Amino acid sequence: MTGPQEIDTARIRARYPDVFDRPASARLAMPAMIVAAFAILVYGLVDLDFSPSRLFAGLSQLGWISLMMIPPDPGSSLPIYLKALGETLSIALLGTTLAAVFALPVSLLAARNVVPSKILRFPVRRFLDSIRGVDTLIWALVWINVVGLGPFAGVLAIAVSDFGAFGKLFSEAIEGADQKQVEGIRASGGSALHEIRFGLLPQVLPVIAGQVLYFIESNTRSATIIGIVGAGGIGLQLAEQIRVLEWQKVSFLILMILVAVAAIDFISGKLRFAIIGRRAVA
Amino acid sequence: MTVAVSILPEQQLDALNAAYNQAVARRRLRLLLGAVIFAGALVLAAIGAEVNLRTLFTYFGNFISYFDRILTLDSGQRVWTDVGEWLWGWRKWLKMLGETLLISYVGTLIGATFAFALNFLAAENTSPSPWLRFVVRRLLEFARTVPGIVFALIFVIAFGLGPMAGVLAIAIHSTGALGKLFSEIVENADMKPVEGIRSTGASWLSCMRFAVVPQVTAGYASYALLRFEINVREASVMGFVGAGGIGQELVVAIRKFYYSDVSAILLTIILTVFIIDITTGWLRGRLFGKEART
Repeated sequence: MTGPQEIDTARIRARYPDVFDRPASARLAMPAMIVAAFAILVYGLVDLDFSPSRLFAGLSQLGWISLMMIPPDPGSSLPIYLKALGETLSIALLGTTLAAVFALPVSLLAARNVVPSKILRFPVRRFLDSIRGVDTLIWALVWINVVGLGPFAGVLAIAVSDFGAFGKLFSEAIEGADQKQVEGIRASGGSALHEIRFGLLPQVLPVIAGQVLYFIESNTRSATIIGIVGAGGIGLQLAEQIRVLEWQKVSFLILMILVAVAAIDFISGKLRFAIIGRRAVA
Repeated sequence: MTVAVSILPEQQLDALNAAYNQAVARRRLRLLLGAVIFAGALVLAAIGAEVNLRTLFTYFGNFISYFDRILTLDSGQRVWTDVGEWLWGWRKWLKMLGETLLISYVGTLIGATFAFALNFLAAENTSPSPWLRFVVRRLLEFARTVPGIVFALIFVIAFGLGPMAGVLAIAIHSTGALGKLFSEIVENADMKPVEGIRSTGASWLSCMRFAVVPQVTAGYASYALLRFEINVREASVMGFVGAGGIGQELVVAIRKFYYSDVSAILLTIILTVFIIDITTGWLRGRLFGKEART
């Protein structure tokens, strides 16, 4: 028997040329991409006024701020904060529900298997895309101009910006649905509305319900910030306390947001399991 | 050949019918109960959010007319009749837009780099110790649950006004979000190569470098591109709190009622987001396509 050192590397090299002798272009592609990516990064850092001295000054400032945040303390404003948190949750729930209600019929128009004509679908899709391209905060500013400051503007902002996201997601869910049920309804003489009601909706409703629940969860996060521009909820309190440098209250508010988001995560996770079954989620 | 449909005797049929009706009734009751609870929650929320339908109806005209106004020039004409006048500030806006893109690029790359460094510690199958894993996971969770703009608000005070605060805020948020996604990819990776490399006596770092990284890079790149797309949108509003980019111009235009400027800036933002979406989508397709070929 020969030892492992007897292995004929030359023969193996000859047999697998693409493993041992990769062309230089293939070997250099990845490092070249990484170098290019970091070159742009360095250019960006210079262009955006990053200087080490500013960074360190800011970091030490940040250290002071974090020290002043301890311990988190709401002072005497706890009732106000709890009310603001309730407002935030209300904004998220109402905004998401409104968005889902309006997005469902529109998403049917954007689905390939419901509206086969590309010319009809195209404007609907671009419309949804444009709404999605605008951030929730911008919608909040627009609605504040319309209905004035306060949580109601927040509800409308979340509703509009989610309308775009839901329209896309729902139409994808509808396109993924099985056509056989729809054909069955058509074969038995059902109208187009019957096809949607009895063929499509039973298939897609659980999927949609899961997505809506997921969005309520993520909207709790969005709703916490739209107060920064004046659209109500806990973001308003947070922005105010940051502006007046009440760091203990700031850290308390951040903790409240974290706890609220975790609670909503937990509840909506449970509900999602209940609606679409454990296997479909995992 | 004919198939006979067997008809059950009346008694048996009644029993089955009763069982069926009972089952349906129970389901309907549960559905109804759920609907009632949901409706109750909605009513509570409507009170909490100070929903006022009368305000909405009286001012809904405002919403329509707002779009009417932002699409009208000072001269009273529609914006598209005089594009030169409408987009009068395009040089400045393009510069701000470039800054927004740069903010999201730098933020995403820094975030992705940190996420890359941390995700092996957070993944269940590669983490060197459960303690470290717990700490890193909580850290990532914190970074992604606190909204980016809240970080931006705090950083503006620590680092001063300007894009630096925006970049750092986006970097932290991206670290949290990407760290979680990356570690999920690692958890799905095949562990056999790792065992192979460990059996040669390699260190933990070599195991990661030669056994895990080659499996996961395509997935990482795909998620990082997706994050870049999201961050462009996020960076477009960073200016609202003074953290740089086009948002600064937009918030000024909205607050000072420079109507046609609002639509012009919104147009440039939407177009940019479209272009980024399409480009990253194409890039992602190429990356995954390459992966599928090998």
